[in-house]
Amino acid sequence: MRRIGDSTPVRVTLILLAVVLSALVLLVPLVAIVFEAFARGIGPFITNLTDYFTVQAIWLTLLIAVITVPVNLVFGIFLAWLVTRFSFPGRRLLQTLIDIPFAVSPVIAGLLYLLLYGRNGWLGQWLDGHDVQLMFAWPGMLLVTIFVTCPFVARELIPLMQAQGSREEEAAVTLGANGWTLFRRVTLPNVRTALIYGVILTNARAMGEFGAVSVVSGAIRGQTLTLPLMVQQLYQDYNTVGAFVAALLLAVLAVLTLVVKALLDTYAARKHAP
Amino acid sequence: MSINIDQVSRRFGTTTALHPTTLSIGNGELVGLLGPSGSGKTTLMRIIAGLEQPSEGRVLFGERDVTRLHVRHRRVGFVFQHYALFRHMSVFENVAFGLRARPRAERPSNEEIKRRVFALLERVQLEKLASRLPAQLSGGQQQRVSLARALAVEPEVLLMDEPFGALDAKVRVELRRWLRHLHAELGFTCVFVTHDQEEALELSDRVVVMSQGRIEQVDEPTRLYRRPINRFVFEFLGETNALSGEVRNGHLALGENAGLDLPGVADGPVELLLRPHEVALATSPSAGARLPVTVSAIAPVGAEVRLELEVTWSTQPWQATLSHAEFERAGITRGTRCYALPQQLRRVDEASGALVDMPLPNQGSDRP
Repeated sequence: MRRIGDSTPVRVTLILLAVVLSALVLLVPLVAIVFEAFARGIGPFITNLTDYFTVQAIWLTLLIAVITVPVNLVFGIFLAWLVTRFSFPGRRLLQTLIDIPFAVSPVIAGLLYLLLYGRNGWLGQWLDGHDVQLMFAWPGMLLVTIFVTCPFVARELIPLMQAQGSREEEAAVTLGANGWTLFRRVTLPNVRTALIYGVILTNARAMGEFGAVSVVSGAIRGQTLTLPLMVQQLYQDYNTVGAFVAALLLAVLAVLTLVVKALLDTYAARKHAP
Repeated sequence: MSINIDQVSRRFGTTTALHPTTLSIGNGELVGLLGPSGSGKTTLMRIIAGLEQPSEGRVLFGERDVTRLHVRHRRVGFVFQHYALFRHMSVFENVAFGLRARPRAERPSNEEIKRRVFALLERVQLEKLASRLPAQLSGGQQQRVSLARALAVEPEVLLMDEPFGALDAKVRVELRRWLRHLHAELGFTCVFVTHDQEEALELSDRVVVMSQGRIEQVDEPTRLYRRPINRFVFEFLGETNALSGEVRNGHLALGENAGLDLPGVADGPVELLLRPHEVALATSPSAGARLPVTVSAIAPVGAEVRLELEVTWSTQPWQATLSHAEFERAGITRGTRCYALPQQLRRVDEASGALVDMPLPNQGSDRP
């Protein structure tokens, strides 16, 4: 007997639709970026790639991602653990609070930070008195990036940890496991896939964030420009090749992240294979 | 190790899951906590394990007060309702977990761990499946792994939450028998929770019947079944036939054409209880009992035949069980009209809810 919907025309139509749509939406833009970056040949490409400001932007982008990911990884695990394993007054409120960075437009988030930590903001004034400048400098960009990306890990973990429940952890404790053993050998392996996925999302967003970062950046070339900001600025300066070189770099970083994820997946699958 | 529960209670916010409860469990005893859901049986067991803190009272293992002792240090084996096996670990690693989790100084060597895990797996007849993942095992096999895992830390107390609840009937019976043997052999103190009265009666040395956060009765299975102390225990332990009405002059009138002589019973309302196997069927009423019934369903179950009896004199239908031989002899079919003769009667004491045995009505023939 045939399953419902399993007829050849339906199948062919669906497959074609999926392939065409993915090509149009995902593949064509990627290919276009490569084409545009090499539009004037290899020479201008190299020039733009090795440009001092571009190299600075790469470093800044990587720096922000490298700090954001571990911070939000720890914070996300902590939040998910708290929300799914304990019951306390305000638990629901906390769960809603986690979502605020998703709900608020990144530009608004950037503005809020600017108003709070800027020279005229009430936290900023105090910081200014101590010679600390957050806004229009990389620490401020890092702060807003952490804010914008903080829900990703927690949001991936919470539903999974809720579904899995705490029985396995209770079992581990009755068998004499201490907190660290419990976390390392039971909790973490159970949420591994979701965790990796959360990290990928955090990383992608941290490197690609535009709105919030652009508000607090001040756009100082060589100092506070990340790759996404660079793309915009170069494009506005009519340096199309430069803009697309920066865009290509971002795309390559994204693809690299996915490759790392795939490698981790295969490694973990092999390690836990029966 | 004996377990003493001393005035232990547990409240969650405003609801009381467990009223102050006292219970002592002897060394090597196998005790079943039996009750419907919400009766506090699981809470009580989780308090024994240390997974839950009592609001008041003390838990003692032997002479030692363990009320404030962390679960990790109590050395109890706990078998969870749905096994709670570590899903990403092989059967071997699951069983080895407790040994590997020990502090370095007390941890056995790898060879020793391997030897002990395989000894346990052999005992639960799973040594061939040591490298499988839990998801690749059947329910009964998973249950045995979780038992082996709990036993690996050599607990002096083994606690099991609905151990066989999720298994099909045949596997359940096998595993029960197997556990009984294992217990006899190893002699650990064992407490398990169940809502299945058959399981509690078959497996336990003593059964603790609980309801609404209180212990109703603690007794050996045979005594418990024969002498339930109140209506709740009676009804929870098996099928029940009930009969109620007003007694006038030693007679319980039940509508136009039915009634029961209850000599010596004072006038007033009565409620009577009996089991299906305490009902005999006859073609004519006896001198003291006139209880007409119509057979509405016949179900041969195992060694007996269960009959559902439609009655006009009670709100609930009655049940009767006959042996196959009796059933054949009586020639009963669906729709047969006959008379029920109670072979034993218990009266519910109105004030205390306790059960009191009643003299039977005259069993002789109706004809003068």
